[in-house]
Amino acid sequence: MKMIFVIAGKELRSLFASPMAWVILAMLQLLLGLFFANGVDRYFVSMQGAMAPEQRMGFTAFVVPQVFGIAVLVLLTAVPLLTMRLIAEERKSQTLVFLFSAPVSLFEIVLGKFVGLMTFITVVVMLLVAMALSMHVATDLDTAHVLTNALGLWLMAAAFSALGIFMSSLTQQPIIAAIISFIALLGLIIIDSFAADPESPLNYLSLMRHFEPLSNGMLSSADISYFVLFIATFLVLTVRRLDADRLRG
Amino acid sequence: MDTVTVEVRDLTRTYGNNAVVRDVNFNLNKGEVLGFLGPNGAGKSTTMKMLTGNLAPTAGTVRICGIDILENPRDAKALIGYLPETPPLYKELTVDEMLALAARMHGVSRGHVARAVAQTKERTGLLEMGGRLCENLSTGYQQRVGIAQAIIHNPMVVVLDEPTRGLDPIQIRDIRALIKELGGEHSVILSTHILPEVEMVCDHVQIIHQGQLVFSGAIDDLRASRKSSSLIVALRRPPGVDVLQALDGVAAAEITADRIRLRLLESGATDSVAEGVVRAAVANDWGLYHVAPDATSLEDVFLHLTQLEETA
Repeated sequence: MKMIFVIAGKELRSLFASPMAWVILAMLQLLLGLFFANGVDRYFVSMQGAMAPEQRMGFTAFVVPQVFGIAVLVLLTAVPLLTMRLIAEERKSQTLVFLFSAPVSLFEIVLGKFVGLMTFITVVVMLLVAMALSMHVATDLDTAHVLTNALGLWLMAAAFSALGIFMSSLTQQPIIAAIISFIALLGLIIIDSFAADPESPLNYLSLMRHFEPLSNGMLSSADISYFVLFIATFLVLTVRRLDADRLRG
Repeated sequence: MDTVTVEVRDLTRTYGNNAVVRDVNFNLNKGEVLGFLGPNGAGKSTTMKMLTGNLAPTAGTVRICGIDILENPRDAKALIGYLPETPPLYKELTVDEMLALAARMHGVSRGHVARAVAQTKERTGLLEMGGRLCENLSTGYQQRVGIAQAIIHNPMVVVLDEPTRGLDPIQIRDIRALIKELGGEHSVILSTHILPEVEMVCDHVQIIHQGQLVFSGAIDDLRASRKSSSLIVALRRPPGVDVLQALDGVAAAEITADRIRLRLLESGATDSVAEGVVRAAVANDWGLYHVAPDATSLEDVFLHLTQLEETA
């Protein structure tokens, strides 16, 4: 258990040793800040036109799902760039041996890398939450709604990370891992638009279908379980893939 | 006191139908240095990978201090320090960070990490390099950091895959001294294709060829098999071949451009024959200016052993 945090600490250190993490943090803040400011503007424009009380909606419901929805799309491109190195690069520079020779299990290695990346993702999500909560000075916020959005974004990013780590374990080339992860994730997000009828299982597979309820402020155990299963599946697949390295050589 | 630290039984690894390592057996005791010798592609690195749990053997067992590495990898790996062919260094970390990470990963408790790092840096001559990024180190220093990360947790067994590769002669001398020193308290397995290295640092040697052990024994046994069987002599005014062949202990004489090779009746009897040659040369005024045993180099022994296998 302790080893997971040792590995996670190493991953974080490596992440911040390269400009990548800083650039991603800065760009995310800039981009999401612009969208947030834009959302606030549009809120005033729309609400000034909405005279009847039933047309009016709260600030949180209007702005926050929009900004967090954009954040999902931004993370869709950012997370594959962060996960691509995790295993592919270690394989390329032959440092995986270092982890394999240490008295840690493959599960600890994979989980350590996942935890390290999720710590970074948590920082990203918390910065965004802080941005939304800053509106407290001007209006009454529905804090719980902000938090379900944050949870949704966090779970989405965790799902992206788990899949990205798995893709990274398949190859030696980080770039290939990034491209495959991006395409696979994009596919999983838009898969529900291929569903012919509303009962189609494709709907159930779609990541977006499980993010939307959270984004609307509805916390359902079915959606949470979907994310947990999704993450666990890809982390277990990664462990299996690394074990195959040891068996096949 | 004999305590077995490494026990290898019938270790085999096949890729498809190609057996890279076949039925390798050996034991290693505490405090011994074992040299693993073989030409490129003989299966040295594959064996090392299996010893350290990086590769699953097709058949056979590896026990480290009695712990099976397949059944209980975590406990077994804690007792091993491994330097693979390419030193596994995270380029973005400094030497201090890298070594601290290695220590933590191998279960050195947080309070002891700093001391372990300092001690290991001193042993491997890295004291001035602590703040440098691994990326910016020369090959030789990277190799030292590689060795340092393998010994930082004071493992029972140190496995070094070609530890002196890429080092300059002074560094090679230092590292060999370090390996000898390690042999005092740990067991060391090192692979190499440099014979003098084995002769200098190892107690035991194993020669592996095409995946099989062709020689296994103490270093003295290997030395014994390189006993010289001829004497090289140079004379200003050489007599005829028949005169030389008539000398005591000489079986045959061959005259080449400027040297005469005297084949001995009995290998290893170079001293007494040399004495006789010198006496005869002085008495007959042959103008002797060179006499030396024709040392069969270890290379010859090695070639002999590995080629024996091919003709068999």
